[in-house]
Amino acid sequence: MNPMERVEAGDIRQDRPRILPGDVVRVHVRVKETSIKEEGRGKTKETERERVQVFEGIVIGLRGAGARATLTVRKVSFGEGVERIFPLHAPTVEKVEVIKHARVRRAKLYYLRERKGRAGRMKEKRVQA
Amino acid sequence: MGVQGIIGRKVGMTQIYGENGAAIPATVIEAGPCVVIQRKTAAKDGYEAAKLGLVAKSKVKRISRSVKQCYEKIGLPPCRVSREIRVDADAEFQVGDRIAVDMFTPGDSVNITGVSKGKGFQGVIRRHGFSGGAKSHGSMFHRAPGSIGASAYPSRVLKGMKAAGHMGDARITVGNLKVERIDVENNLLIVRGAVPGAAGGYLIIIRKSGAPLKG
Repeated sequence: MNPMERVEAGDIRQDRPRILPGDVVRVHVRVKETSIKEEGRGKTKETERERVQVFEGIVIGLRGAGARATLTVRKVSFGEGVERIFPLHAPTVEKVEVIKHARVRRAKLYYLRERKGRAGRMKEKRVQA
Repeated sequence: MGVQGIIGRKVGMTQIYGENGAAIPATVIEAGPCVVIQRKTAAKDGYEAAKLGLVAKSKVKRISRSVKQCYEKIGLPPCRVSREIRVDADAEFQVGDRIAVDMFTPGDSVNITGVSKGKGFQGVIRRHGFSGGAKSHGSMFHRAPGSIGASAYPSRVLKGMKAAGHMGDARITVGNLKVERIDVENNLLIVRGAVPGAAGGYLIIIRKSGAPLKG
């Protein structure tokens, strides 16, 4: 193991599943919320709480190696395309679930950005573990 | 107070995660172990310093006789890399002392000196941050330095005028970097932020004065 791998080894989460482009995943992210409540006479009260948000979509690309790996997840929310990039090994990413696999022929599925509706559907692939 | 610095080799950059889950840009440095190979004193050398040698991982074979004899005199195996570090006159250390990463504690503040990456011959915009002119709209002034002085007086270019020329490959010190982690077993030091030079370059890491001492 070289020194760089040694440093990163401690940060790599072993509980991450094998993710491939075209997979439909559910990413559980911890988010901090601050709500500001008015208490009259210009007084406000801030309360901070943490909750887990789930982002579900298609993996359109994987990037980087080791502890620096990221995944780009795309979904269409109320007709608007939304993409989020998650650091795979970030402690704020609680869990990544793989729901479906699809047969794809590219490493980066950026062409899905131009597709709408049924044109963006993909053939499901049976798990080959 | 002993020697406050160590010699290291830049391994490269990565990111680590802090307590709140934030990604921290970090540089991995293989620091030490070092040995003190000479003590320079004001009486003899005109200044106070400790000459450190980075302990060689493999035997140093090709070495000039004069250097070899220096190491024979102090009874230590020869080192490939050595650097001097300034010390106080009353600093407590001896020739032969070993210095390792355990001299640092996470949270320490350090200054790191190294040789920056060479950038070649660069113009005034990249080298000195000049603004330059417009690219279009009839502008005929693009990346040139502009006026470098007046005519009749002083009739010459003032010394130190910023001009195009060789950039980089210079000794640079980056101050106030925070030690994030140490790995004593593997001689690794992880600091927050960037450090001069390419991976594989040698660095001098000095604890900032005023930082709390360990032990």
